[in-house]
Formats: sequence, structure tokens, C-alpha cells
Amino acid sequence: MSPSSSSPCFTLENVSISYGTNVAVRGVYMEIPRGKVTAFIGPSGCGKSTVLRSLNRMNDLIEGCSLKGRVLFENQDLYTRDVDPVEVRRRIGMVFQKPNPFPKSIYENIAFGARINGFRGDMDELVERSLRKAAIWDETKDKLKVSGYSLSGGQQQRLCIARAIAIEPEVILMDEPCSALDPISTLKIEEMMHELKKSYTIVIVTHNMQQAVRVSDMTGFFNVTANPDSDGKVGCLEEFADTEMIFNSPKQKATQDYVTGRFG
Amino acid sequence: MTSFSRGSLTLQPSLARNRWNLLLTLTAGLFTALAVLPLIVVIAYVLLKGGSLITLQLLTALPPPPGLDGGGIGNAILGTLIVTLVAALIAVPVGVGAGVYLAEFASAGWFARFVRFGTNVLAGVPSIICGVFVYGLIVSTRLFFNQSYSALAGGIALAVLMLPTVIKTTDEALKLVPQELRWGAMGVGASRFITITRVTLPAAFSSIATGVVLAVARAAGETAPLIFTALFSPFWPEGLFNPIASMSVLIYNFAIMPYEAQIALAWASSFVLVVMILLANLLARWLGRFSST
Amino acid sequence: MAAGARPELFSQRRRPPWELLIDRGFQKLAVVLASVVGLVLIGILFTVLGGAREAITRFGLGFLTTSNWDPIGEHYGAFTAIYGTVVSSLLALAIAVPLGVGTAIFLTENFIPLPVRQVLGLMVELLAAIPSVVLGLWGIFVMEPFLRPGLMGLHQLLGWLPFFSTTPLGPGMAPAVLILVVMILPIITAISRDSLQQVPLALRQAAYGVGTTRWGAIVHVILPAAISGITGGVMLALGRAMGETMAVTMLIGNSNNFSLSLLAPANTISSMLANQFGEADGLQVSALMYAALVLMLLTLVVNLLAQVIVRRLSLKY
Repeated sequence: MSPSSSSPCFTLENVSISYGTNVAVRGVYMEIPRGKVTAFIGPSGCGKSTVLRSLNRMNDLIEGCSLKGRVLFENQDLYTRDVDPVEVRRRIGMVFQKPNPFPKSIYENIAFGARINGFRGDMDELVERSLRKAAIWDETKDKLKVSGYSLSGGQQQRLCIARAIAIEPEVILMDEPCSALDPISTLKIEEMMHELKKSYTIVIVTHNMQQAVRVSDMTGFFNVTANPDSDGKVGCLEEFADTEMIFNSPKQKATQDYVTGRFG
Repeated sequence: MTSFSRGSLTLQPSLARNRWNLLLTLTAGLFTALAVLPLIVVIAYVLLKGGSLITLQLLTALPPPPGLDGGGIGNAILGTLIVTLVAALIAVPVGVGAGVYLAEFASAGWFARFVRFGTNVLAGVPSIICGVFVYGLIVSTRLFFNQSYSALAGGIALAVLMLPTVIKTTDEALKLVPQELRWGAMGVGASRFITITRVTLPAAFSSIATGVVLAVARAAGETAPLIFTALFSPFWPEGLFNPIASMSVLIYNFAIMPYEAQIALAWASSFVLVVMILLANLLARWLGRFSST
Repeated sequence: MAAGARPELFSQRRRPPWELLIDRGFQKLAVVLASVVGLVLIGILFTVLGGAREAITRFGLGFLTTSNWDPIGEHYGAFTAIYGTVVSSLLALAIAVPLGVGTAIFLTENFIPLPVRQVLGLMVELLAAIPSVVLGLWGIFVMEPFLRPGLMGLHQLLGWLPFFSTTPLGPGMAPAVLILVVMILPIITAISRDSLQQVPLALRQAAYGVGTTRWGAIVHVILPAAISGITGGVMLALGRAMGETMAVTMLIGNSNNFSLSLLAPANTISSMLANQFGEADGLQVSALMYAALVLMLLTLVVNLLAQVIVRRLSLKY
């Protein structure tokens, strides 16, 4: 029984996330659709990465980070006591801002995740399939035993994507995956995302508005506002709609200002 | 008009400030020479006086009874290896575990602060106090099979001494592992256990190994914690629950004896000990090179 | 994609029980291993305190101020040893601080080519690796005989001062102090060097930019910026000197007779422990434990002070 494609993949209900006593982002409501690419854009400090990291409980690893509200994945709250965060991350993979391959061979980088997830099958086949999907097989097939660090930045990032794909997650979260890369590598990764969205739900945080336009179906614009309760700033979700809507006829003035470059 | 006097731009050595500079530079240079001198002299003496005595027989024989010539330090070499090994077997797992706790599980919180503070305090405890502690805890209470002085007691005393170094090394080495690497492992669904044992600890391995080798080398030369825990023995080691010889205690005991043969053995022991420790230091440096790349 | 094979809820899909067990067990184990530090510290305190109880009730604070150490009459006072510990450490510090800081300056500022500095720095660090007992052996057979004529001359020249009033006969306070200098020099040099190296380049350039000489920059700008680290290192060295046992034991003469003279045999708490603990029993063990307690408190205070000083003095640059 697979849920109908109209039901959302993630549902965020009044989500607020704090670091210690400092509220980073508050009052987020959104429904992220299944099988699509959803982009988060906004000025720095608006909490878009924080929200992304809350989707697979990556924020657990940051000391003092706490979440209020509900994050539902397939209609199940990710933050109830009986949820195993390790299990969550096995179904919701992640690619990070800086390429972070393990200090192991290219082959082991892919096999590591599969092995700890109890993969019992043809590992060589899985490695090849994952590298092919991440469009890096041709560059690496002759040096699978070489350290992942020997690759260029763009290749490392695609290796990390292959690593995420290898555990066959349902969702891939990408936190500014191209911000450390050159334009050609960026292009390669964007092309690959068009392929990937056929099998996965993708949520991507990006600084680059053209990238959001090029790859995403839905876009959420996050903004920073002065926190009424303290001197600090707090992020919030300003507008969430089809990418075309956000960039062509946004409802909010702040969104309009941001996407036309009149802002931060 | 300027309110300062303008001098020529050529250096004038006779100016007061230039004389001061020269004087202070020479003093600093002299101090450096004085600081390096002891190492050169000590090493030279140990190599000359000890190195010239080294024969196969000396490395494999038992020490002679007082007043007799010949003999060797075989039991002391073996004893030092055994006691240091026991210490490392205790201190390395405990210290690495505690370091993992500090770096990976609780970098904040009162318990972590207490453990860090305690590690600093323990690092400052004089080595002889470690001996007194183990004497009071194990030797005088005859804790192990009604034995008083034992190799195991000596090993435990050295382990107490090594523990803070191993903890600090592990804690600091793990903190240098980039956070992204942990996220990467967690991101593919690795548990804490897998992340630490398969990703972060291997990434920090060479720094931890460097620290451990240095700690072991330091422990191997320690005497104060051994003189009333492991004691000494003129015989070959008889298991972990009996007194055991060690090179450092041999040096201490024989140095104050009025016999030439014993004093010669003390120099020979110093030679073996210093060579072992310097080699360990070089090994640590070599290991350390891997952590920088 | 075998989506059908996946149960819908995380709470239903669990990692295998053994995997969860290992994960939890590992965390618990780490906590247990971390608590060993606390247990050892408490163990040390209780062992020493427990052992010292008899002597504490019997001699009270008088133990700290009397010099009579009489195993037969069963009367013990540790003043000579406490005095020896404090005086030997402070004297060693007085000599080692200028030497160590001077060396550190010479090795960080570019007086000589970098490779030479690195080799010299390595040599000072290796000095720290030489076991104390080997330095003691060297002290007995090489350093002390070498020094004796000099100390004799000092006695003949300044014998009217109480500090040089006795004839140097071999072991005594002066050789012990000198071997302590050798032992703490590497710590002071290493920590001062680290502190000096951390002074930002911008600060040096600012000093040279206003036309100071090299030593003007060192004395007025660089040293003050590094002072917290250096002071911390000096305090750590003091703690180390107070607890240092073997080399001192072999050179100080282990005499419980109090003397102001630096040329006379003396005692420190740690050398007294090293000398007597093995053969002591009964009340003497308790008295030695009492002395060990005093040593522990002294080093603890010095080490805590070191940490406070580093925090207080650290400049914001």
C-alpha cells in the first residue's frame, strides 16, 4: 500500500527551532510534496538550513538545539520518543554544503553506508549503480580503490551524492550542495538532479536563485525579521508556492524584493 | 619644524639602543646554549658510559649478587616491558573511552566539565603520589591473592600516571576531526557506535597513537610509582603477582651501591632506557606526520 | 524501488535489537570509563587521607612546623621536608624561568635560521623525555663532582652567609636545585615558545611599524601579549618541581636535620616518601601519608592557581 501521490511527503506544523535560548526560526507551516524538487531560498541567517536539517533530525547532533511543533514524514511525527533518529536518516539521506567523503577509498565510501544498513547483495553492482546515478562512474571506474580525497571538489560532491543514493533513501536533502563548487561541476550536479527526481523526493537549500529556478518545482522563501521578544533576529517562512509563482508573481512584497535582487 | 631630532639612516652600533639589542641578543643566545647543554652532556655520558658496556651477555643475564662482577640487566629489561605493557593495557582503553565520551557524547554539561577538571587535576598529581595510592589500595591491603608487592600493582600505578595524557590526547584529536565527517556518517544512517568506531576514531588514529606512544615512553622511564609497588627482584619475572625488576628501579637501587659492577649496570640500564625512549619519541614524531596530512 | 517492502512507520521499523544494544552499551561504557578519572581521584584522596588519619589525630598541625623525625621515639614532624620542597622548587624556578623564557624568545624570534631553531627546539623537547632517574644518576656521578669545587669556593667566599655556611660534602640542596632546573626547563621553554608563537603577526608589525628596536618590540609588545601563557607554564613547572622525586632524592642527601645552608643535605616530601615508604610500618606509614597529603595539597593549589592565572591574564587581542 503506497500512499497516494497527492499526500505530502513532509508536513511541518508550527515548527520553531532554537539554539539554546536563541530562536533561529519560528512558526513554519509547510507541506513538501512527494517526488518533486523543493528549493529553500532566502538571505543568510533565515534558518533555511536549520529547517532542512530538522527533516532528518540532523539537528540532534548540535548541542542545545531544540524543536517545537511537529514534523511529519509520511504522516508520522519524526520527533516522538519512539522514533529512532538513526532509522530516520537511513530513509532520508543528506548531502552537505562541503563535500565530506570519508577518508576511505571511493568504493568504500559507497559501500560503507550500504554495509551498515545490512545490505546483503552484490556490492560491486550497488557501487557501480550508485556511481552511475550520480554521474561519476566514468571518472572513477578505473580508480575505485583510490582515496575519495584524490577527487576534485565537484567529483567529491557527486561521490557524496552517490553515497547517499546507495542506501536507497526515499528523500535526499541537499544543503547548498554546489556552493563550494565551480560552475561546470554545478551544472553536472543540476543535470543529475533532474534524473534523480524521478525516483526520489529532493529538498535543496540554495543561495543561488537561478539554481532554484533551474531545478525546483516548489520554492519556499525564508526571510529574517527582527525578533519581537528579544534584540536578535529570527527566521520565518515568508512564502511557499510553485517555483514559477515565487519568481514571476509572488504574493509577498519581501519575496518580490528578494527574487528581483533588490534585497540582501 | 619637527620636534624630533633626525639622525642618519646608517646603523650606528654605538647608539645605546643598539648596544642593548646586542647585549640582550647575546644573553638570549647564551641561555639557549645553557638550555641545550644538559641534553648533550647527559646523552653523551649515557651513550659513552652505558653504550660501551653493552654486550649480549649484559642484555640477557641476571644482575650479580652485591660485590660480585659480571651479570646483566635481562630481568630488568623484561620487567620494564611487562610493567609498561600492563599499564598500557589498562590506561589506553580507559583513556580512549573517556576521551571518546568527552569529545563525542558530552562536550558540555556538568559531568563532562567535572571529568575535564579531574583530568587536569590528575595530570598534576605527583608521580610518587600515584605510588602511595596504589601502595595503600593494593599493596598494603594484599588485594591480589594475598600478595603485597606485585608487577600488576606497578602496572596500575603507571596506568594512573598515563591516564590523563591518553584522555587529553584522545579528546583533542577527536575534536580536530571535521564535524562534516560525522554528519556524513550520520547522514547515511550510521549509529553513534558505527560513526565513532568506523569513521571518527580511524580519522584521529595517528594523533591518538602519537600521544599514546609518548605516554608509554614516559611511563617506561618512571621510577617513583614503582619503588614501593612493583618493588624490585634480582630474579626473572615470576608472573604478574610477584615483585618484578625494572630498569628504572635498577638504576635507582644500584646507583647508590658502593660497588663498581652495580654502578656499571646502572649506566647500562640508563643507556637501554634512554635509547628506547628516544626511539619511541622518534616513532611518535613519525606517526604525527600522518595526522598533519 | 521496493517501496512496498518498507513498513509505513518508523516506530514499527526498528534496527535489529543487537544493534541498538551495542549503541546504548557503547555510550554507557564511555560514561563508565570517563568516571574512572573521578574514582581514581577520590580513591587517591581517601587512601592518603585514610592512611594519614592516625598521624593527623596524633600530631595535628604541629606536624607542619616541627622538624623532629624520630621513628624510634615515634615522633614525626615534616617541617624540614616541606621547607625543602618549597625552597628547592622556588630556587629552581628562579633559575629556570629566565633561562627558559630567554631560550623561548631566542627560538621564536628570527635571530638564527629556522632549521637551526627547529633542531634546538627539538633538543629541548627531547630533554623532557629523559627519565628523572637517569638525570639523577648523571647528577650523582657527573654533575655533582664537577660542581663541588665551585660550591667549595662559594663556601669559602660567602661562608659568613647562613646560606653557604656548611662545607659541601656531596649531596645537598644546591645540586638538587640544579637538577630540578634541568627537569623543568623544557616545560617552561615549550610553553613559553607556544605562547610567543601565538602572538599575532599584526601585533609585531605594529610594534616595528612605529620604529621600535627588535628587543623593544619583544619587551614591550610581544612578551606582555604572551604573558598569560608563560605564567601558566611557570606555575605548571612549579607544580612539577614540587612533585619531582627521583633525581632530587638521589642528589639532596635525605637529611631531616634542618639547615638554612644550601650546601648541606636536605629533604623534600617526595624524596622522603621515596626513601622511607618501602621500609616503614605502623605510625611511620601514617606520618608519611600525612606528608603525602601535604604534598598533594601543595601541588593542587599550584595547579589550580596556574589555571586561574591563565584565565585571568589572557589578553584579548
